Amino acid sequence: MEEMRILSPTGVCGSGFVENSFEKALSQKPHVIGCDAGSTDPGPAYLGSGRTAFPREAIHRDLRLMLLGARRLKVPLLVGSAGTGGNDAQLEGMHQLVKEIAAAEGLSFQLALIHAEQNKDYLRKRLREGRIKPLDPAPGFDEETIDRSEHIVGMMGAEPFIRALEAGADVVIAGRASDTAIFASMPIMRGFPEGLAWHAGKILECGAASVVQRKTPDCMFAWLRKDHFVVEAPDPGLTCTPQSIASHSLYENADPFRLVECSGTLDLTHSRYEALTPRSVKVSGSRFIPAQRYTVKLEGAEKAGYQSILIGSVRDPFIIRQIDDWTARLEEKIHGRVRMVYGDRLKHDDYLLFIRVYGKNGTMGALEPVKEIRSHELCLTFEVTAPTQEIASTIASITRHQALHLPIPEWSGLITAVACPYNHLDRGAVYRFNVNHVVEPGDPCEMFPMDLFAIKGTQEERRAA
Amino acid sequence: MTALAKLARLIRSKNAGPFELTFDIMFEDEATYQRVKASGMVTRERVAACYGLEPSQVKFFLCDNALAIKASIPRPVFQGDPRDSDGHGGQQYAPLMDIEIP
Repeated sequence: MEEMRILSPTGVCGSGFVENSFEKALSQKPHVIGCDAGSTDPGPAYLGSGRTAFPREAIHRDLRLMLLGARRLKVPLLVGSAGTGGNDAQLEGMHQLVKEIAAAEGLSFQLALIHAEQNKDYLRKRLREGRIKPLDPAPGFDEETIDRSEHIVGMMGAEPFIRALEAGADVVIAGRASDTAIFASMPIMRGFPEGLAWHAGKILECGAASVVQRKTPDCMFAWLRKDHFVVEAPDPGLTCTPQSIASHSLYENADPFRLVECSGTLDLTHSRYEALTPRSVKVSGSRFIPAQRYTVKLEGAEKAGYQSILIGSVRDPFIIRQIDDWTARLEEKIHGRVRMVYGDRLKHDDYLLFIRVYGKNGTMGALEPVKEIRSHELCLTFEVTAPTQEIASTIASITRHQALHLPIPEWSGLITAVACPYNHLDRGAVYRFNVNHVVEPGDPCEMFPMDLFAIKGTQEERRAA
Repeated sequence: MTALAKLARLIRSKNAGPFELTFDIMFEDEATYQRVKASGMVTRERVAACYGLEPSQVKFFLCDNALAIKASIPRPVFQGDPRDSDGHGGQQYAPLMDIEIP
C-alpha cells in the first residue's frame, strides 16, 4: 500500500461538522474514518460523574453521519475517548447510541468496544510493584487515592485499535484513548513510517482546527505516503498553510516539538512544512523515537465534595479599599459561626470556604501580577465545598448572613455590605483530577479489554474476543 | 518600544492537560517574529517574572517554522480543583501583552 487516506470529520464527536464537507471528503475515498470524542479539557466532572460534555442528541447527529458514511464506503470507523472521559459508563452510553443508529438505519457491521476504565485491584498491584510512576507535576498517588477515585482510566495507545481491526472490527468504539492513536493505528498496522503516522494523527485529531481561520468545527483529510503526508480541509473555503499546520503542534501541548505517546515520542524538531497548493500542506521529516519502556497514562477523578455558591458584589469604596482585610475578617466570622452551629460534628478541615474577588484577582489568583486595583465595584463569589450538600448549603447560608452585616470601622451602626442578586445555589457533587501518572503494563493491551459484537440492524450478538 | 500585544497576531493561554498551563505567542510574518526573537525581551526569565515564578519552572521554546514563541508553566491550582478560577486556562496570558519590544 503506497497511500493511505484518512478522514477526520471533526475535533470532537458531538461538536458538529458541515455535511457538504463530509460528503466531499467521502468522495476522496478515505481508507479509514477516525474521530476523537473526549478530553480532560471540560474538567474533572465528566470523568467523575459519567456525564458527557456534549449533549446526547449532538453526539447522535455526528455519530449517525459517520456510521452511515463509513458503512457506505465499507471502511473502518474508529472513535476514541467515548463520552468525554472514556470511562465504562460513558463507553456504554456510546454503545447504546451505536445500537440505536444501527437499528434505525438497518446497518450491519462488526463492532468492537474497548474498555479503558481501570480495575482498582490491577492498579493496586502495579503500584505495589513500583510500576506506577509520577509525571511532572503530579498530585500524590497511593492506595488511598485509588480507593477514593470515582473512575480511573488509562489512555490507550495504537495497539488496542490495531487488535480490534485485526479481529475484523468495522466500527471501533474505545474508552479513553490518545487522540493521536485513533488516527495513527491503521497506518502503523499497514507499515507506514511511525513518525509520519503519529504526526498526521496529531493534526487530524482536532478536525479543521489547524486551518488558518476555522469558521465552525469541520472535517480534515490526510494523504499519507511513505516519505510525507499532505493535509487539506475538504471545505474549499478553508486554507492550510505551512505556518498554520506547524502552529497546530503548539495547541494544548506543553512541548511543541516532542509529543509523548505510550510507545514512544513524536519528534517534530526536523519536520518540514511546504505549501503543496494554495490550501494544502506537505509535511515530511517527522520522527518517532520508540520508548525504552511502554507506558500508559492514567487519568482519575474523585469527589471533592458537594458545593454551594453565593454571588454578591460590593460598591462601597470604604469596603473596596480594605477588601483583603474585610474578606479575612469575614472568613474568621464564618468559621466561628460554623463552630457554634456544628460543634465537634464538623472540623475546620472537613469543609472549604473560598472567596474569589473579581475586579481584583478573580481570574488569575496567585498568578495575578497587578496588585493595586482601581475598580469602583467588585464581584465576590463565596464557594463552600463540604462532605454533604446539606452542610455546604448550611454554610453558604451562614456565609450570606455574616457577609451582609460584617462591620467596617468607617461606619457606625448596622450595615448591609453585599448586594446579592439571588440566594445561594447548590451545585451538587464536584470533582477533582487526582492522577498524573503512568503505568508500565506487561503488554500494551492488558489494560484495555475488548468486547466484540456482530450487529445486524436491531440484532446484536456477542462474539468471542 | 512597542507592546508585544501590538506585534503578535495572537497571544493565548490554554491548559496543557489538567496540571500545566501553556502560552503561545504567534506572529503573522517572519520579520516580526525575528524582531521579537532577536530583541531578547521574550525569554524564559521574562515569562517567569510575569507570573512570579522561578525560571526553572518555565518550559520555553522558540518555534521557527510556526513563527511562534511558546512557554509552559505548572498550574498553581490544578484544573477544576475547588480554588481553580479558569477551567480551560484561557485567560492567563494578559501579563505577556505588555512586554515592551524595541
